[in-house]
Amino acid sequence: MSLQDELTTLRDEALGQINDSADVKALNQVRVHWLGKKGPLTEVLRGMKNLAPEERPVVGALANEVRDVLTTAISERQTHLEAIALDAQLAAETIDVTLPGRAVKQGQPHVLQQIIENLEDQFMGMGFQVIEGPEVEEDQYNFERMNLPKDHPARDMQDTFYITPDILMRTQTSPVQARTMEAHDFTQGPLKMVSPGRVYRRDTDDATHSHQFHQMEGLVIDKHITMGDLKGTLLAVAHNLFGEAHDIRLRPSYFPFTEPSVEVDISWNAVTPDMNPEDIEWIEVLGAGMVHPNVLRKSGIDPEVYGGFAFGLGPDRFAMLKYGVEDIRNFYLNDVRFLTQFNQKG
Amino acid sequence: MKVSVNWLRDYLPIELPAAQLSEKISRTAVEVEGLYQPKGNMKKIVIAKVLSVVPHPDSDHMVITQLDAGEDEPIQVVTGAPNVAEGQMVVLAKHGSVIGDNKKIRKGKLRGEQSNGMLAALQEIGFDDKIAPKDFEDGIWVFNDVDAANLTPGEDALKVLGLDDDVLETGITPNRADLFSMNGTAWEVAAILSEEPTLPTFELNEVDEKTSDVISATAPAELASKYGVRVVKNVTVKDSPLWLQRRLWTMGIRPISNIVDITNYMLLMYGQPMHAFDLNALPAAEVHVRRAADKEQIKTLDGVEREASAEDIVIASGDEALMFAGVMGGESTEVTEQTTDIVLEGAIFDPKSIRHTARDQNLHSEASMRFERGVNVEDTFTALDHAAALVAELAGGQVTTGRVVAQDFAYDAPVVSVSVDHVNHVLGTTITSAEIATVFDRLFFDYEVNDNVFSVTVPARRWDITIAADLIEEIARLYGYDNLPTTLPTGDTTPGKLTAQQRLVRASRHALEGLGLNQAISYVLTTPEKANRFALHDGQPVQLDYPMSQDRQQTRSSLLTSLLDDVAYNKARKQTDVALYEQGRVFVSDGDLTKRPQEIEHLAGVITGNVTERTWAEKAQAADFFTMKGIVEQLLTNYGFVDDVAFVANTTREDMHPGRTADIYVGNTLIGFVGQIHPLTAKEYRINETFGFELDLSAIIALDKVEGRYETISRYPAVSRDLAILVSRNVPAAQIELAIKQAGGKNLHDIVIFDVYTGENVPSDMKSIAVGLTFVNAEQTMLDDETNQKVDHIAGALAEQFGAEIR
Repeated sequence: MSLQDELTTLRDEALGQINDSADVKALNQVRVHWLGKKGPLTEVLRGMKNLAPEERPVVGALANEVRDVLTTAISERQTHLEAIALDAQLAAETIDVTLPGRAVKQGQPHVLQQIIENLEDQFMGMGFQVIEGPEVEEDQYNFERMNLPKDHPARDMQDTFYITPDILMRTQTSPVQARTMEAHDFTQGPLKMVSPGRVYRRDTDDATHSHQFHQMEGLVIDKHITMGDLKGTLLAVAHNLFGEAHDIRLRPSYFPFTEPSVEVDISWNAVTPDMNPEDIEWIEVLGAGMVHPNVLRKSGIDPEVYGGFAFGLGPDRFAMLKYGVEDIRNFYLNDVRFLTQFNQKG
Repeated sequence: MKVSVNWLRDYLPIELPAAQLSEKISRTAVEVEGLYQPKGNMKKIVIAKVLSVVPHPDSDHMVITQLDAGEDEPIQVVTGAPNVAEGQMVVLAKHGSVIGDNKKIRKGKLRGEQSNGMLAALQEIGFDDKIAPKDFEDGIWVFNDVDAANLTPGEDALKVLGLDDDVLETGITPNRADLFSMNGTAWEVAAILSEEPTLPTFELNEVDEKTSDVISATAPAELASKYGVRVVKNVTVKDSPLWLQRRLWTMGIRPISNIVDITNYMLLMYGQPMHAFDLNALPAAEVHVRRAADKEQIKTLDGVEREASAEDIVIASGDEALMFAGVMGGESTEVTEQTTDIVLEGAIFDPKSIRHTARDQNLHSEASMRFERGVNVEDTFTALDHAAALVAELAGGQVTTGRVVAQDFAYDAPVVSVSVDHVNHVLGTTITSAEIATVFDRLFFDYEVNDNVFSVTVPARRWDITIAADLIEEIARLYGYDNLPTTLPTGDTTPGKLTAQQRLVRASRHALEGLGLNQAISYVLTTPEKANRFALHDGQPVQLDYPMSQDRQQTRSSLLTSLLDDVAYNKARKQTDVALYEQGRVFVSDGDLTKRPQEIEHLAGVITGNVTERTWAEKAQAADFFTMKGIVEQLLTNYGFVDDVAFVANTTREDMHPGRTADIYVGNTLIGFVGQIHPLTAKEYRINETFGFELDLSAIIALDKVEGRYETISRYPAVSRDLAILVSRNVPAAQIELAIKQAGGKNLHDIVIFDVYTGENVPSDMKSIAVGLTFVNAEQTMLDDETNQKVDHIAGALAEQFGAEIR
């Protein structure tokens, strides 16, 4: 057999073994066997010295070609075998990804806080300050300055926890109006504020009454503030809390510290332009009005020059409506099963 | 107030369905809280004449009646009514009818006798016990002879009784007391509908005898701004005619007798409370208005013996106080069936005194409510005259000539002005002078217009209107709130932002939520036993003067006390894994009740039970002191105080576990504490082992913070060394840490205690603490020599300070 024939036979046999090797280790043995220093290919090349000089380049070229073919085949086989091995390893590492993840506890903000914070953010975007006031108030601020002198029949509307005849648990956030107005410097611009906080009424706790609840007062005083501005501001609130498709309407009402005074209803259902007015279901959500001149005067603001609007809304009521919470006491008893439900973010 | 739409129709045409009228009133005047027809679903209830009554053969208490119900044949009905008699006009619920409470009436046999319906008492056809006339309490309703003469058998009884009326329940705001009368309501509805009301008129015939010859009256102006009486003689006290009874019961008032009903009718019509005395029961031929003597006794119409105080106004005659003026009449001068001569009183009493009496005596009557809120001063004597005329008509008496008037406040109509510009300035509208004029025309207000300024003469019936803003409200509501533009405030803009303090408060809340605590909002008011628990500040809680319940009497001095209540509430509901925080105020009084207490922002948290529940991967992890402390440490790290935070064991803090409580300092400022609730205190609150913290957030706000906290990260690798230290058990870890920190130099970057061991191989009074140290040099790689030198130095310091042995 000529050397050429020998090389061809050798090549075919080696390729067969390469393709038959079952794993990387076997393939390595094949490589060492065929291409090693004592391997058949080296043997063949060693026999070249016996060839005629003119034959040597031809056989040499063929031998190199065989070596390249085998090297490439080994490399390809290796890649293939490695991929198979990796697949096997990954398959062995499979876990049940439907098992629950390890517990990481996150606390939730209280639902009333969420509503308050949401409103605060909205009003700050509209240029309002957030102002807090005392929860134990003077009768002076809670009532007198809000145009509710002693013996005013409207005081019957609010049962009060008194501490002394002059000191009480505030029944509303409205006293913050008076505190803010007397402190405001109009040379620094208009007064725009909201004031959230706890308020107290001498009430027996039941599903719809709580001796402690929240209010958010709003007040805007400037030289040109209109009732239309009040309407627009409250519409923005309604959109924020309930969605853009909801509408508001004003109805006459009475608060001693505003004139005109209105109750504000929000549509419970979304309102479309082609809708029949009778099909809109309205729910009362807040009270508002144009600041009473007496209230301005009592805080040292000239009602001939300045005017504005005020409103008071109830986060508790908003939360009850928005989430369908059936009992106001849930907000203050802090059952963890209640608190952890309000976990929707963004 | 209940408003009968049929009655309103006497005053003005109302074509609208009641639901639409109700909607208009709600949108323009006051909220209509209810709208109903008293008849509800009732039907097939007719007037019937009793043709005969024979005893039931098998029953002692039942009878068999034959009734003419306008049909070809009489209807037989078996009834147990004791007062049924031949010839009566009665109410028959026929076979197939529906009576009150949706009860259906079917024919059937009663003890063997056919009965084709039911004779009805008013209570059976929807009347409240409080409204159905007392005479018929135990039997069926029977029309009196006069009314019966006008009835035809077979007529719709529901209509005859006025139950087909529409009744509006108006929720009247304090400013609109004018709507506590039908006349006032008529003016308002007329304005809403752009109609003109026709108010009732009457004709008063007087006899020659002068009232002033019969009776005299005195009243000080400060007690009664108006006071007048009239006398009607020879009256017959009996039931009112059906039309009057119908009006009263539709409006929720029980018919009593013609005289009393007339006074109530005037109250409803004019909003003017009236009273009738039995003239012959007066101790003297005079009445006078005065303050009660302290502890003066008055027996009121409800049969209750009451004690007056010197703040009450009474009507007296001779030496005797007869009644609480404007609140409730007295039994001694009550009009009864025997009464022949009556004194009618029309007056206006001081609202503050009336309010006092109503509250003091807990007598909130239709009269007191109206006097408190105001009445139309121009209608007082009109109502008095009208009442006298009606008494003459319905009780057949003779009205003596003239009123005896003790006070007669004259109404001086105020003129209130408002300019068209001002109206538009406030409302944001472009309403014209003509449109404003239309509104005032609809209200029947007199006005003049000069240079676009309206000067309105306010009628006495609208005493709520005193300033321009009141007129603007009238314009706005009648023009329609829906017609106002929807705009946002214009003018100078202002930055809306949180203050630094508010940002910190918010950040604190968000941090604690991130650390696994749920925000609680608890009750501020609590019991005296709990109020001062866990207090951080010297002072005392604020006590309510007149608490509503035992549980809510004092303001809290800590948030922790409320949070423990929350834990207890959860535990009672089998929720034993609880992690809560609260942000809010505590109240600290120095005992001076004339001042407001200090209100201090606090932050507190509790944790009890498991921090994480068991899962397939891990066992449940129970909360312990270090869980709570870890949360507090992370929270405090967030603030970036300039001074170091230190936790110092406090064995004497009340209500806290003496061995598991640390006070928290920033520098030298005590800002709060963290620890385990004392087991005895936990038992009192009925809670399991619970850990908590209370922080003075106001103090935290006030403390200095690092501005722009930042350190360049070293480009050179860190070197770690572990150190095992054998030291006396009573050396606190914090001291060891501090010593290491001081000895470690500036390159000591981090200290972690990764093991604390007591037990085998460690002497019983010693503990072994393993500490991981990390060194980093900002300028170059830490060399081994340098590191070893530092570690040796640390070891030396620990040996020197605590006799520690390095293993």
